Amino acid sequence: MRETRKLTAVRLERLRVVRGGTLVLRDLDCEVPAGRVTGILGPSGSGKTTLLRSIVGVQRVEAGTVTVLDHPAGTAALRSRVGYMTQAPSVYGDLTVRENLRFFARILGASAHAVDEVIDRVSLHDERARVVNRLSGGQRARVSLAAALVGSPDLLVLDEPTVGLDPVLRRDLWELFHELAEHGKTLLVSSHVMDEAARCDTLVLLREGRVLAQGTPDELRREAGADDLDAVFLALVERQAR
Amino acid sequence: MSRRAAAAVAARVLAQLRRDPRTLTLVVGVPCLLETLLKELFSGQPHVFQHVGAPLLGLFPFVTMFLVTSITMLRERVSGTLERLMTLPLGKLDLLAGYGIAFALLAAVQAAVVSVLAFGALGLETNGPRVVVVALAVGNAVLGSALGLFFSAFAQTEFQAVQFMPAVVFPQVLLCGLFVVRGSMATWLRWLSDALPLTYAYDALAHTASGTFDGRFAVDVAVAVGAALLALGLGAATLRRRTA
Repeated sequence: MRETRKLTAVRLERLRVVRGGTLVLRDLDCEVPAGRVTGILGPSGSGKTTLLRSIVGVQRVEAGTVTVLDHPAGTAALRSRVGYMTQAPSVYGDLTVRENLRFFARILGASAHAVDEVIDRVSLHDERARVVNRLSGGQRARVSLAAALVGSPDLLVLDEPTVGLDPVLRRDLWELFHELAEHGKTLLVSSHVMDEAARCDTLVLLREGRVLAQGTPDELRREAGADDLDAVFLALVERQAR
Repeated sequence: MSRRAAAAVAARVLAQLRRDPRTLTLVVGVPCLLETLLKELFSGQPHVFQHVGAPLLGLFPFVTMFLVTSITMLRERVSGTLERLMTLPLGKLDLLAGYGIAFALLAAVQAAVVSVLAFGALGLETNGPRVVVVALAVGNAVLGSALGLFFSAFAQTEFQAVQFMPAVVFPQVLLCGLFVVRGSMATWLRWLSDALPLTYAYDALAHTASGTFDGRFAVDVAVAVGAALLALGLGAATLRRRTA
């Protein structure tokens, strides 16, 4: 039996964020269910990264509230419970894969065993002693993902984690995401690729700083009366415009 | 404050330095070269080398660590690793302490190697204990690191960060009393000199060289330590968990 868990992992209420003089999130309301893989989908510039930054507590917020695992976003109690993978790989290029992960593990109080485990999880076993700067872009992204995984956080916030990966690796990572959700973890994964949307349990469609629609892929297909999720998005945009 | 987190940061910074042997060679080699040049340059007036050799030895780490810290911190900001660190259970003080420990260790190695050369082959002599020169050098490294950390917040690129070196370090070196005795400076220059931390660091070294450990020496050390703490505090204030 899985442990009983609270239904909502993240709650955003009337969230308003201004970046560089432009209103990026416009009084956004949204709830992210616990123990699921939730996809944040939307065209580039729709506010995905800003939304994720607000949830991990590094974004200066103009108004509204962000509640994460029952705490205000960014509070000290959350720092070992939330794993964040930024869009550009944020790891040390002059260190090896293992040195990088050892460092993040030590800060999180995770064991050396946990380091080897996450390296295997992201399929970097053969690259573990290589310096990150000498790796390919996709490999570097996976080091960054592993750094988010190493403390086994309850909430994983992943900003476009599968960009630039080949189909086999992408499939493997999506399997990993669902396996983590099976174990009670909550995952928030952003993407601008609609064909990844079908792999999520629930979807949040963002457009111009607002939630266009939210629901399971099937619910959204039914609502829009379209099969293909690209068509769903377009239908919903048109409906909103009308 | 977490000792584990600070130790993790120090170990990481040292691992990064270890992967960059060329920088390490320069950090240790350049001061050796400069001390040797100084000795040869004033071969006709050996008292000049005896006068400035020890203070210079103690000031090298200030310059080196100012640069190394400002570039390292800038990289941390630009690469997004600082943002990641700010989401982790790592206090700002832990981060600063980790940096401080790593760069103080590097400064200790630098000062020790240069001392062996200067006090050995180059025949430099001091009236005060040589170990005090090395200890002050390590202290100056921390002061340089603290200032480098603070000024790195005002640079967006490595080009800009490097320019802060002549802007922040050179005036202090010129006004600290090494080139012109402070007593013979114009009043406004002496006031300026009074306001700069390196003046006190230099004065402490000069007192060690001449072996006059009076009240003035204690004041010098206290002011230099205070300035380092103030700069660290200002540096910590530039580390923001939330950014725009």
